Amino acid sequence: MLGAAPLAAETIEYVAADGPLSYLWLLIALPALGSAILLLGGRRTDKWGPNLACAMTGAAFVYGLISFLDLRGRAEQSVDLHLFSWIPVAGFHVDAGLLFDPLSATFVLLITGVGFLIHVYSLGYMDGDPRKRIFFAYLNLFVAAMLLLVLGDSFLALYVGWEGVGLASYLLIAFYFYRPTAATAAKKAFIANRVGDVGLSIAIMVMFAALGTTSFEGVFSNAGALTAGTATAIGLLLLLGACGKSGQFPLQTWLPDAMEGPTPVSALIHAATMVTAGVYLIARATPIFDHTETAALVVSIIGAITLVIGCIIGCAYDDIKKVLAYSTVSQIGYMFLAVGIPGAGAFAILHLLTHGFFKACMFLSAGSVMHGMDDQVDMRRYGGLRKYMPVTYACMGAGYLAIIGLPPFAGFFSKDKIIESAYDLGGTRGWVLGTVALLGAGVTAFYMTRLMVMTFFGNERWTEGQHPHESPKVMTVPMVLLAVGSLVSGFGLLYVVDLPQWLSPVLGHHEEAGPHTISVVVLTALTLVVVAGGVAGAVYAFGRRPVPTTPPVAVTPITVAARKNLYFDSLNESLLMRPGQYLTRALVFLDNRGIDGAVNGLAAGIGGGSGRLRRIQTGFVRSYALSMFGGAAVVVAALLAVRLGT
Amino acid sequence: MTPWLTILGIVPLVGAVAVGATPRRSPLLAKQIALVTSLVVLLLTLAMCVDFEPKGDRFQFVQKHDWISSFGVQYAVGADGIALVLIALVAVLVPVVILASWYDADPEAESSAGTDGPPVPERKRSVKTFFALLLVLETMMIGVFAATDVFLFYVFFEAMLIPMYFLIGSYGGPKRSYAAVKFLLYSLFGGLLMLAAVIGLYVASARQGLGTFEFDKLTQMEFSHSTQVLLFLGFFIAFAIKAPLFPFHTWLPDAGAEAPIGGAVLLVGVLDKVGTFGFLRYCLPLFPWAARELAPLVITLCVIGILYGALLAMGQKDLKRLVSYTSVAHFGFIGLGCFAFTTQAQTGAVLYMVNHGLSTGALFLVVGFLVVRGRSRLVGDYSGIGQVAPVLSGVFLVAGLSSLALPGLSTFVSEFLVLVGTYQRYQVAAILATVGIIFAALYILLMYQRTMQGTLSAAHEKMRDLRLREVLAVGPLLALMIVFGFYPKPLTDIITPAVTHTMEDLGVQDPAPSQLNTATTEKR
Repeated sequence: MLGAAPLAAETIEYVAADGPLSYLWLLIALPALGSAILLLGGRRTDKWGPNLACAMTGAAFVYGLISFLDLRGRAEQSVDLHLFSWIPVAGFHVDAGLLFDPLSATFVLLITGVGFLIHVYSLGYMDGDPRKRIFFAYLNLFVAAMLLLVLGDSFLALYVGWEGVGLASYLLIAFYFYRPTAATAAKKAFIANRVGDVGLSIAIMVMFAALGTTSFEGVFSNAGALTAGTATAIGLLLLLGACGKSGQFPLQTWLPDAMEGPTPVSALIHAATMVTAGVYLIARATPIFDHTETAALVVSIIGAITLVIGCIIGCAYDDIKKVLAYSTVSQIGYMFLAVGIPGAGAFAILHLLTHGFFKACMFLSAGSVMHGMDDQVDMRRYGGLRKYMPVTYACMGAGYLAIIGLPPFAGFFSKDKIIESAYDLGGTRGWVLGTVALLGAGVTAFYMTRLMVMTFFGNERWTEGQHPHESPKVMTVPMVLLAVGSLVSGFGLLYVVDLPQWLSPVLGHHEEAGPHTISVVVLTALTLVVVAGGVAGAVYAFGRRPVPTTPPVAVTPITVAARKNLYFDSLNESLLMRPGQYLTRALVFLDNRGIDGAVNGLAAGIGGGSGRLRRIQTGFVRSYALSMFGGAAVVVAALLAVRLGT
Repeated sequence: MTPWLTILGIVPLVGAVAVGATPRRSPLLAKQIALVTSLVVLLLTLAMCVDFEPKGDRFQFVQKHDWISSFGVQYAVGADGIALVLIALVAVLVPVVILASWYDADPEAESSAGTDGPPVPERKRSVKTFFALLLVLETMMIGVFAATDVFLFYVFFEAMLIPMYFLIGSYGGPKRSYAAVKFLLYSLFGGLLMLAAVIGLYVASARQGLGTFEFDKLTQMEFSHSTQVLLFLGFFIAFAIKAPLFPFHTWLPDAGAEAPIGGAVLLVGVLDKVGTFGFLRYCLPLFPWAARELAPLVITLCVIGILYGALLAMGQKDLKRLVSYTSVAHFGFIGLGCFAFTTQAQTGAVLYMVNHGLSTGALFLVVGFLVVRGRSRLVGDYSGIGQVAPVLSGVFLVAGLSSLALPGLSTFVSEFLVLVGTYQRYQVAAILATVGIIFAALYILLMYQRTMQGTLSAAHEKMRDLRLREVLAVGPLLALMIVFGFYPKPLTDIITPAVTHTMEDLGVQDPAPSQLNTATTEKR
């Protein structure tokens, strides 16, 4: 059994920043400045702007690395940098401050590191686009906001970054805003996030009403004072916020649509970083979830449900980016499942990091395929590409082996730990969650193998006149680096860095308490068998005979449902959109006829009937002057009356 | 002490006279004088703000002179923190409006300058009168916030209508006279109620032995409960119409839609704030018992207004009506803040008044820029404008995001303060109001998607992007919203002490954190 030692200290205190850490604000300021220069500088910056944006993110990475090393050398690993007093109103006092601790430091490296590689990749990918500068301005804006999200030292500061990344995501999904589908997808993403934001907002209000503060330090120090009900309420509200941002059930439908954005955006924002912010939020709020078993369990259940949904739909799509998107939904489901298990938070973060590498790698490889195939995304129009794009094939292959969890690739270490932790919960919940995670691994292997087979193997099903070619170095080098990350990051983070130990000041200590439900060796073997089954199934289904260029019609009901996102979109439409539209129309009618009519009638009545109203309308100035005069006369009369009366 | 408020009131009047004296053939001179005057007022206002001591007396720059001594009517002015920031808002918005409305009274001048504008209107309109009216309106607006004598306040409250009536009625859209009359009828009705209440207030104070209109003296008095309720309702309804609060809002969409864009900015940005300012200045401190008793009712109206205004905004086809309806929702938030009776909520409400002036001002301006180019107010007549006018579309987006209170912009600070302050007393109301932020995102993003995104309509392929004059007009508003979004302290430092006085008059205190373990030291 796994045991979790809650963060023992009753009060959590952060030490003041000094040394290299006193300039932490630079991390956010550098990309923010880059974004501002590119946006305000106009066309003058077209030529060197994209390079500047890369340099800003690169500089942030270097500084992040220095800060990280500095933090590793410290005894007190929660460092707070107070910047200024942000909203000081009576009892509600919010400071703008940054918290640099193992958790945020880890995220800083992920965001700036992967972010920098994707910036460089975009130099090649977006080449020739007339709005390349704008693209890089938005990318820098995203990096700045995401860093604020993970560095903010209060829930309110986090909220600013939270909405900032939402804005950047909106802008980038709608980058090709002249495409109606892109505009709709962007709006959908923003609205789904807003639904989550309601949860986050109310959670902050509850915290303030209960504890009089919104800072991490204040809330977490006093989390023990919360009643069980309040802690559960806060936990569930935070979860709602996390579901919106991370595309978790029931708010998952925006994420696949978000693939309307350019592929580097899908890699950075909608796979590696932003969509994992929900996991960050839950992990960050560990001291609250320590006090509410219910909310923590709901987190795991939501993760499990989403994991299944993502897997099933991932099998049905032919659009390579949508398959990857649903795979992201499903992989984040794994992270939610883990982060809800007491003591397994570190494994959620481990999977988040390895996923950051291998999913970014796969998206960039997919982008490289599209680059060579005239932006074709239909896998039924690919085939046999391994000969024409060897580097892309190798990189996608590395990502693929990592996501299905073949040792020694990264996903093997992180996913196995999650399955193991789930079983170790014990009881019914342990068996259910563990089995879902285990079977999910098999389905993941199935649809990912399908993707590989349809893209790189089999017959060539290209449309006329296509000449697949390998992408330029500026794109392949970042891909190769990410592929290396997909290979080594799992082992490295778990055994070289010892991530669970490193994160323990934030997430609590992970203790090996008692025997495992299923022994590690047996479980690992079982997982590998399930994965092998998934791979074999896909090869059997798609590898033996040529893939038809149109989707088959005679399919199982599950496939039909999966192709329609399991009807979640239709459900939203018929439950929310349609009634909303009718309500709005009815209200507009009423407002024009009802309330207005009544008041018009009243006004006419006071004026002495509608005929009088017309007369007022014609000679209005005179009438008004008269009314003023009349009013004044009434005043004088009244005043006189009062004076005479007293 | 410098009589800042009187100076501020006089300067625009002098400017208006100077504008009126310019020859009819040189409209440019009139415009230049108006702009310079408004900039002088802005500078003077900034100097006044520097001179203001947040921790000093409640009312500063006080002047009192007998006016109608037999009835105790005084020319009495003074500014507390609330009035100060609203006067500053006026001073910021007027030059912006003048710059943005440069050609609104004589569009043919713009056409001859080689740019596209609306078709030449059916009748000649006096250019100098337009700008003189704006300046007169500025005096009235400053006066209404500066007055500390209830009668003087009433005079400004009514007189303010006249320049606005002419701005809408003479320089507005096709249905301008209907809108102007409707605006005036509503205001007049509210004004009459208020007049009755003002007289009643005098009578009530006379019964206590001292007939007075002086704010300071009135707050010292304790009126009977029934008197309080009656007078409260008189003032409240007058202010609710002005604000406008649901269900007194139906004049606003018409007036907002038909007013010339500069008039709309001042109408929604400032004039309407007199209503919510009145809640805080008069309804709460003068009738604390009635205010406390009736607060749940007002809160209910505000929450309905937030959701109702947002739903109505979603259903509008006319851009200016849409923006007007968003304001109905925003005024719901402001009202909520005023009546939640916590320092956070009231400070948030005042901050909201300022931010809403900037935000809706910017949104109205950019809608105006669009309408001037496209010659239509209908959402459906635009599509894909972002492709030909990226700057306009960018400004539109930022203004829209401020309207939906995106964190990082100043509107978020005020909205969140209102919500967090409300939650401490009225959980359900706060939660319902928070749901309103989803609707806000919907109406803004739907409007943005329909007009700026998607395929470009053929009719607008040659639409011009914003010109320098227009950028200079709207730019400062966006800059202020970003600056105050990250650093609202200068404003909250001024507002909070004033709100504290209001809370004291009202006799309520902020609730303490409900579950704080007192054993552990509270760390904020």
